[in-house]
Amino acid sequence: MDPIIIIGTGLAGYSVAREFRKHDKDTPVILITRDDGASYYKPDISEAYAKDKTSEELVQKSAEEMAEMLGATVKTHEQVEAIDREQRQIRLVGGETLTYGRLVLAWGAEPITLNLSGDAVEAVHKVNNLMDYRAFRDSLPDKARVAVLGAGLIGCEFANDLIGAGHKVSVADPAEWPLQQLLPKEAGNAVRKELAHGGVEWHLGQAAVGVHRADNGDLRVELDNKDSIRADVVLSAVGLRVGVKLAEKAGLAVDRGIVVDRTLRTSDPHVFALGDCAEVDGHWRPYVAPLMQCARTLGKTLAGGKDDTPGQVKYPTLPIIIKTHLCPVIVCPPVNKHGEWQVEGHGTAIEARFVDKSGKLLGFALTGEATSKRRDYLKEAPALME
Amino acid sequence: MKKWQCIVCGFEYDEAEGMPDEGVEPGTKWADIPDDWTCPDCGAPKDDFEMMEVE
Repeated sequence: MDPIIIIGTGLAGYSVAREFRKHDKDTPVILITRDDGASYYKPDISEAYAKDKTSEELVQKSAEEMAEMLGATVKTHEQVEAIDREQRQIRLVGGETLTYGRLVLAWGAEPITLNLSGDAVEAVHKVNNLMDYRAFRDSLPDKARVAVLGAGLIGCEFANDLIGAGHKVSVADPAEWPLQQLLPKEAGNAVRKELAHGGVEWHLGQAAVGVHRADNGDLRVELDNKDSIRADVVLSAVGLRVGVKLAEKAGLAVDRGIVVDRTLRTSDPHVFALGDCAEVDGHWRPYVAPLMQCARTLGKTLAGGKDDTPGQVKYPTLPIIIKTHLCPVIVCPPVNKHGEWQVEGHGTAIEARFVDKSGKLLGFALTGEATSKRRDYLKEAPALME
Repeated sequence: MKKWQCIVCGFEYDEAEGMPDEGVEPGTKWADIPDDWTCPDCGAPKDDFEMMEVE
């Protein structure tokens, strides 16, 4: 029997393998990863200090342990070079070819690289997996000055975690307030205030344009208003983008991600995608909750017979939890844009409701102590994809 | 007996059923599950679970 081949061993790849095994113990499964295949809980990376964990301690299971648990083969440090859909084969760098019955693309997304000038651009870290994090963490001296580029979810979580560990953190972003893509101004400002109180120096409304090496060895982040930030280490966290080239070259439909329908099928009935690399029925949501919904649905589908109707993924109300411990945030982005934010609260306890003309709740954001009301809001908020 | 849900991924823990596959006997109270336990589905820590009302 031709195996199910899964490209990627992040949360998406391993979760779909585990869900598949709940229904099918026999069909061979091969997972392929370009890293060491260690299994870890990615959201822990940006709060590792708060959890008092080193990068090694974040590993939950090694590739060998995962292979045994899943009854699967895990091929580590292998890069897929091409997908041949005619022959149902993938080719690895190095020449090996593998034949699949069904192929699952779960290779995640890549951090966006800012277009920066300067002679120290190579020194900028980006963290989107445990190996990146290890390199970043190893580069930090005690009480490091860290410049974080990007005040989004990952940038804010890192800022909070790093100041907690005694580092000195500056954050630069062209946005007017932190988490601008997710939160209304008042809620973003609550996060700004609390993190500033904790020691974060904000450079909002200011974009990084260059990273230079100063004479004394410092890194100097040049901002577009001619200010600059002196730092020992620079971390860029300006968002994710899906690497679609391999899929595109194989002739699969791509947009912001690899295009799949609600059965997680790509434009080829033998090829599926889920997780951060997939755009499901027009939605690209690179977060844990949607990924897990997809893994459960796809695990069952892959185990089903030819004549079974494949399950359709449903996205219930999907909260995004932002672990800025100094000012925690829970946000459910509006399911559509036809409405406006209504904001209540004071200090750092902000309740923001995004409502349509009739007053129906389409999304919400809660900060600080207001996050204790999350259960009421989760009940009232609509599902994203029913 | 109560039910708990991982708010990260939706996994449910029913105290009445336990998790025999994970070595947790039926009837095990949530409070008796170790603090370093993680969600068997997504790996989230125990903190990320909360009580949900049993329907």
